[in-house]
Amino acid sequence: MTIKGESGMYRGDAAEYAGNVALGNHQASDETVETNPAAEAAQASKLRVQDLSLWYGDTQALFDVNLDIPEREVTALIGPSGCGKSSFLRCINRMNDLVPNVTIRGDISLDAESIYDPSVDVVQLRSHVGMVFQKPNPFPKSVYENIAYAPRLHGLVSSRAELDDLVEKSLKRAGLWREVSDRLDAPGTALSGGQQQRLCIARAIAVDPDVILMDEPASALDPLATATIEELIDELKAHYTIVIVTHNLQQAARVSGYTAFFHMGYVIEYNDTTTLFTTPYEQKTEDYITGRYG
Amino acid sequence: MVDKKSFTQHISQQYNEDLEHILNRVMAMGGLVEQQLADALIALVEGDNQRGETVVTGDYKVNAIEVELDEQCTHILARRQPAASDLRLILAVIKAITDLERIGDEGERIGRMALHLLENDRQRGPMSEVEALGGQVKGMLRGALDAFARMDVDQAVRVAQEDLKVDAQYESIMRHLMKHMEQDPQAVPQVMDIMWSARSLERIGDRARNICEYVVYFVRGKDVRHTSYEQMAEEAAGDRR
Repeated sequence: MTIKGESGMYRGDAAEYAGNVALGNHQASDETVETNPAAEAAQASKLRVQDLSLWYGDTQALFDVNLDIPEREVTALIGPSGCGKSSFLRCINRMNDLVPNVTIRGDISLDAESIYDPSVDVVQLRSHVGMVFQKPNPFPKSVYENIAYAPRLHGLVSSRAELDDLVEKSLKRAGLWREVSDRLDAPGTALSGGQQQRLCIARAIAVDPDVILMDEPASALDPLATATIEELIDELKAHYTIVIVTHNLQQAARVSGYTAFFHMGYVIEYNDTTTLFTTPYEQKTEDYITGRYG
Repeated sequence: MVDKKSFTQHISQQYNEDLEHILNRVMAMGGLVEQQLADALIALVEGDNQRGETVVTGDYKVNAIEVELDEQCTHILARRQPAASDLRLILAVIKAITDLERIGDEGERIGRMALHLLENDRQRGPMSEVEALGGQVKGMLRGALDAFARMDVDQAVRVAQEDLKVDAQYESIMRHLMKHMEQDPQAVPQVMDIMWSARSLERIGDRARNICEYVVYFVRGKDVRHTSYEQMAEEAAGDRR
């Protein structure tokens, strides 16, 4: 069964999940929930994931994932390759819809509304839930057009002046304005790797999303560009809910407030980051973050 | 020793070896400090000049191991960025060796008092109670080091509680020594030396207790400093998992 942790959030056990125990039920029936900080976290949760399972063809990649992701916080997803963290991330903006033979069961709600409801417009959803990828992927257009493209597409601006303002605001928020303000017409691909990644972040925030998903956003960058991105993430959390997948444990420890540890498709442990990195509850988590044989 | 499995299962063999080496050196430091205390007590109680000299001139060895271990722990922090139990282990070691070094200093102080007493009429000072306190504190230090070596929380709690007896004994000694000074003002210099020695022993008891607290921190992930003995026992009994 699932055990409620004293520091909030929940801790699961893979073997017990395998017994098909729905975590949400335990949370609902747990009397301690009212006095538990988890209850507060749940109230402020931006994203609620309930019993989410995912299959690629016949292969199950996620098993009954339950997570409450708090608003305006950074939540890190960690775990070994193939543990399902990126698959999970892609469920949050329905990117997996584009993958053939994917089956998804369970639900994710954004602000208490299901994102898997048939009435949901996926393009609209993705304007609320932006994504930044591992490798910077600016459009083969100018810096300006990289930012302007989506707001124009979504009809968010009515004049060129408004668009100019939005481009400037987005680039400023992404910490890139000073570096590119005199070369907005230069191709986005001409920027350095770190700048390109910040351009992609500026592009994501130009449509004023609620949530930004980041899939190893700094793994292709040098330590200085990485530090800049991490600093940016810290600033962005004042405005956005951020979910970041990273293989860099120190990065997860540095940037996130909460961390979920995935292993073989299960969420093994989800807790505030300090607790998870100093006194993890599950042996599997301990083994992974300390570099032991699991 | 600490369950060896904890330190031999890292994917990095070098990391396993580094942690094991650090623990071995902590134990070596503990053994040295124990010996210093034992020698200091013999010097004090039996008026053994040679032992007193050995303690006073030997403290540098304790200091040297502390510096060496600090450096090794710094390397681990910088190069490995330890997490979870590895992080708690390194923190526990850094804290424990600070206490061990201070215990060494207290031992040296007792040694100095013993030598000072030898220069005076040491027979004028009542020694039997201090001898008993010394025995109690020596046992406590050994127990704390054993608990640390095995990371045994139960023993850590038991040993920590012995500090209550040490404190009570210390207070009793102080009362008696004050009375002794009133009755024999000529003996004040000697009694003062014994008082300082008793004070050092009492401090060693406190530091042995600290070491026990680090054992609870390592094993349970709970910081039990500045808590009651009951709370310490409760945290030690609780399962971290």
